[in-house]
Amino acid sequence: MAREKHPQIVTANDLFEGDVIYLTASGNWSRDHGDAAVAHDPEEAERLLAIAQGQPNRIVGAYLADATIGADGRPAPVHFREAFRTRGPSNYFHGKQAEA
Amino acid sequence: MYAYDDFDADFVRARVAEFREQVNRRISGALTEDEFKPLRLKNGLYLQLHAYMLRVAIPYGTLNSRQMRQLAMIAERWDKGYGHFTTRQNVQFNWPKLQDVPDILNALADVEMHAIQTSGNCIRNVTADHFAGAAADEIEDPRPTAELIRQWSTDHPEFQYLPRKFKIAITGAPNDRAVTKAHDIGLRMVRNAAGEPGYEVVVGGGLGRTPMIGKTVRDFLPKADLLPYLEAILRVYNLAGRRDNKYKARIKILVHETGTEEITAMIEQAFVEQKALFAGPPEDLLARIEAAFAPPDFDNTQSLAFDRAQADDPVFRSFVETNVTEHRNPAYGIVSVSLKPVGGTPGDATADQMRVLADLAERYGHDELRVSHEQNIILPHVRKPDIPAVHAELKKAGLATANIGLISDIIACPGMDYCALATARSIPIAQQIATHFDALKLERDIGPMKIKISGCINACGHHHVGHIGILGLDRAGVENYQITLGGDGTETATIGKRTGPGFAAEDLIPAIEAIVETYLDLRHTAEETFLDAYRRLGAGPFKQAIYAETGNARAA
Repeated sequence: MAREKHPQIVTANDLFEGDVIYLTASGNWSRDHGDAAVAHDPEEAERLLAIAQGQPNRIVGAYLADATIGADGRPAPVHFREAFRTRGPSNYFHGKQAEA
Repeated sequence: MYAYDDFDADFVRARVAEFREQVNRRISGALTEDEFKPLRLKNGLYLQLHAYMLRVAIPYGTLNSRQMRQLAMIAERWDKGYGHFTTRQNVQFNWPKLQDVPDILNALADVEMHAIQTSGNCIRNVTADHFAGAAADEIEDPRPTAELIRQWSTDHPEFQYLPRKFKIAITGAPNDRAVTKAHDIGLRMVRNAAGEPGYEVVVGGGLGRTPMIGKTVRDFLPKADLLPYLEAILRVYNLAGRRDNKYKARIKILVHETGTEEITAMIEQAFVEQKALFAGPPEDLLARIEAAFAPPDFDNTQSLAFDRAQADDPVFRSFVETNVTEHRNPAYGIVSVSLKPVGGTPGDATADQMRVLADLAERYGHDELRVSHEQNIILPHVRKPDIPAVHAELKKAGLATANIGLISDIIACPGMDYCALATARSIPIAQQIATHFDALKLERDIGPMKIKISGCINACGHHHVGHIGILGLDRAGVENYQITLGGDGTETATIGKRTGPGFAAEDLIPAIEAIVETYLDLRHTAEETFLDAYRRLGAGPFKQAIYAETGNARAA
């Protein structure tokens, strides 16, 4: 069965804080997955990834992650790993879930 | 305890200063991440799922009250108020900021601690029996050897770029509490025919994606030959170990592909060459290390307080049953403090709990604490009459869980709640198992049971040597858990066998319960442990219970 093709977003970790960040349409970074710029085709995805990789002194380990577009029109994670990254650990109320 | 001399202290401070400059250069842009990453890893700094993580070495698992208090201070000042003790006798801080790390390392240096070689392809923190120096079954305290290995391996110029990481474990007792057969090198103290202590040398054990039980390459190695012999093993590995494939780069693969006989011959040949070149460590250094681990001044005053407390207080009696082990000195006991409260995170201690442990060690425990690979804390030397008071203080701090060696004393790696390599979560599984069996009130009836959980194939949670092992995987975007049975990490080390297809998280707990029920139904007597019953019965009835009876419905 062919894998469903999803839109993609660019995510990374902040160099200083280490926390999870998302590339926005303005080429800036947000702590909120919903603010991420969405690529609907591979060319756009590569273009966004290149923008992220052009900021090596601000971010670490940029990569493309699959997303779905929610009812509010904002991107949401597909894989459980990316969902955990939007929240923080499940054993303590730490990380993004505590900062929202 | 070993105290740093000027050389040690200067070396650690210099390393902190060097790392501070490296961090500054990363922040200024002078170092790229590709350049910086190997430098930060050699200083214990990882970038994990939600944050940086700093892994601090607790050499051979030994620390004193001052060090424990400093860990508490670090947890509060630069982290989120807790630390995570690991299966490698390290402590991990899960939330440091990059710019704070040099200050944290400086605070560690203040108490003779560091994070050097807790990562990277070098010789890692040497681990040891957590009952070292206290165990009744011990030939000799293995920690002087472990400290010698630490000094020899730290910054060893020849072994900074090994094919892969390298882990050495040592036990001084025939009952192996240090999982020595699952390490790159396992050292087991034995006596020769003349009664002299030396080492059985086991090479090529390991867990991970290719689990292997180590092979004995030397039945008896005299103590004086230890360092040239280790050099010989490392040299053979450094030259012949595979560098073409990360997954085949550990020494266990070299041993497996070369064969025990051939690898033994290669090591012995290299040993002859090394020994001729080797002057040996200076006598005064050896004497200083030996003296640092001399037994404390035991107080042998007899008292009935311990027996009386057991008679009077069933809660204390139950604590003694599981958490107090026979000491080499009959007036003393070894107290294991469980970091596995039902529903809690295995291995975690809050800063307040760390301070309680430090106070107890200082007041009742000859100022010694240990971290076990099973993620618990040990007070190795407590006078029996003091154990009731220790228990009372532990109770107040939420540290008196009486479950050592039982089904809720679970090893779990951080899994996908923290780790960037994880394929599934481990901690919630441990929490659910502990909570489930607590509700059933079956724990004591089940008896000795080691459940070990890893959140990926790298097996930090030692699942291969769990009586019940659980491996979390990603199956088509869903967390899925494979079960292995019959693993054993002791002197009778065995790799557990997979039962079959894995289980979704919600089906895993019923499967574990079915395994436990099968054991309770089929054991000859209450004295036959799960592992003994499994060895007698084989996997058949357990597989039947978790697959056939459910019509495979829950198997993925």
